[in-house]
Amino acid sequence: MMEFFASHGNELLIKTWEHLYISLAAILLGIIVAVPLGIFLSRVPKFADRFISLIGVLQTIPSLAILAFFIPILGVGKIPAIAALFFYSLLPILRNTYIGVRDVDNGVVEAGKGMGMNNWQSIMKMELPLSLPVIMAGIRLSTVYLIGWATLAAFIGGGGLGDFIFDGLNLYQPSLILAGTIPATILALIADRSLAILENKLTPEGLKDSYKTV
Amino acid sequence: MLEFKNVTKRYNNEKAAVNKLNLKIEKGEFICFIGPSGCGKTTTMKMVNRLIDVTDGSILFEGKDINQQNPVELRRSIGYVIQQIGLMPHMTIKENIVLVGTLLKWSNERKDERARELLKLVNMPEEFLDKYPHELSGGQQQRIGVLRALASNPPLILMDEPFGALDPITRDSLQEEFKKLQKELNKTIVFVTHDMDEALKLADRVVIMRDGEIVQADTPDEILRNPANEFVEEFLGKERLIQGRPDVTTVGQITGGSPVTVQPRTTLKVAIATMRDKKVDSLLVVDTGNVLQGFIDIEAINLNYKKASYVDEVMETEIFSVTEDSLLRDTVHKILRRGAKYVPVVDDQHRLTGIITRAALANIVYDTIWGDGMEFENTAAEVE
Repeated sequence: MMEFFASHGNELLIKTWEHLYISLAAILLGIIVAVPLGIFLSRVPKFADRFISLIGVLQTIPSLAILAFFIPILGVGKIPAIAALFFYSLLPILRNTYIGVRDVDNGVVEAGKGMGMNNWQSIMKMELPLSLPVIMAGIRLSTVYLIGWATLAAFIGGGGLGDFIFDGLNLYQPSLILAGTIPATILALIADRSLAILENKLTPEGLKDSYKTV
Repeated sequence: MLEFKNVTKRYNNEKAAVNKLNLKIEKGEFICFIGPSGCGKTTTMKMVNRLIDVTDGSILFEGKDINQQNPVELRRSIGYVIQQIGLMPHMTIKENIVLVGTLLKWSNERKDERARELLKLVNMPEEFLDKYPHELSGGQQQRIGVLRALASNPPLILMDEPFGALDPITRDSLQEEFKKLQKELNKTIVFVTHDMDEALKLADRVVIMRDGEIVQADTPDEILRNPANEFVEEFLGKERLIQGRPDVTTVGQITGGSPVTVQPRTTLKVAIATMRDKKVDSLLVVDTGNVLQGFIDIEAINLNYKKASYVDEVMETEIFSVTEDSLLRDTVHKILRRGAKYVPVVDDQHRLTGIITRAALANIVYDTIWGDGMEFENTAAEVE
């Protein structure tokens, strides 16, 4: 154990950082794209259901295959890894945003409109804060998945903890496999907890009684 | 104030939901739209603040065509109360009340002051300002819903079955409170309901609609006395038409005799003697200005005879009374519900002017039935 840390300690830190970097970048891109898209979809419900099932179908493409598809387009390295993972982060965030915004109490939305809120105020002052717990649940789910899937980034030279796992598989060294797996699991758990805390902070005071997530 | 000119609304070229509607509403008027579901009453109301757009014709609000106005700004200048209440669950009561103020970018001090001012109107303590909607009962929430509509002091308020989801007792008290408030503030109200009792109780003018057209628009009394056609009669129901007569009677008209009273500083001995003389089992307590203080009955005297010696020490101050000008149709219900044997009648300064006993009520009912019977016999005689 000590021996392992002595020889690989530095590398472990670097790989963990890479891993985190790839997954968080993908998640952030996912949030930036999926949340506005989800709000937009809630304005066109007829189109939304079809669109979401289409994304759902794309999501069933095996992740290794997606990574491979991105090689001819974006080459190898971190960028295609982030792009592929971003693709996977979309669906949970998109679906939760759409459902969250759609399910905001009709009475509240009508009252807001009747009071004279314009579209932007309606989204920023009512629909987003009220659907936040649901959107955050989607983001948490995505994050945990992505941290797991990011191990596959090593396959196309994206680095991260997946490098340890692949090395371990190639060299028949279980200790290397564990060195990749355990930190990835811990990362996922930490990310989930911190997002839960963030969610609790962001949830409007008046909603806390009805939505308890932590 | 508000005028509908040949207003028509069609959804997807179907039959018109509202058809060539013409109506003029004066400032300070309380208008109730009523009719079976699908009659176009809600559509008519929502066209006023452009939640639904007019297909044909025009609506003038304070002389200006609403179609020429920005819908968002128009809505900020018209109050809006809905059945689902629709308070923002993530905002405090204060933020909810002054929501329109926030949209109009009022200063914080102005919002603060306005919220306090409004809360006083419905006699709710200031602690409520920092609470959240889910901490309030349904009735309290709708009170806030009404205040929210009043926040920017709009001349016109639209209400879409605002008390429909409340329990009957809460609804009753909110209706009364709101009617009082409306008179005080002199607001114009367009109120949609499907509850005829509510319409008759609140409205200055009731607009009965069917299939997108106005069947009758008149004062409640006029509608009860002269329903325009069979549809209106049926919609009112036989019961209300029979009640049509006492409906306009005020309490003052049936108040009987002089109630037996006693002064607060009278000794109990004298009080008992008075009861024995007048053959009654309770006395109304009034001060020298004839202002009603409470009542005292034989049981209370019995219980406290040893301890107390004056009337004001044992009298019950929680006493239910009615004013002379309240309508009998509202009062009868309350008297019966409380099971009171009698109800003192007071004037606006709470001075005792008379008493209604159960016997007096029985007489009214008897008169109504007998009176109708006489009319019936007369017409029968004429036919012969």
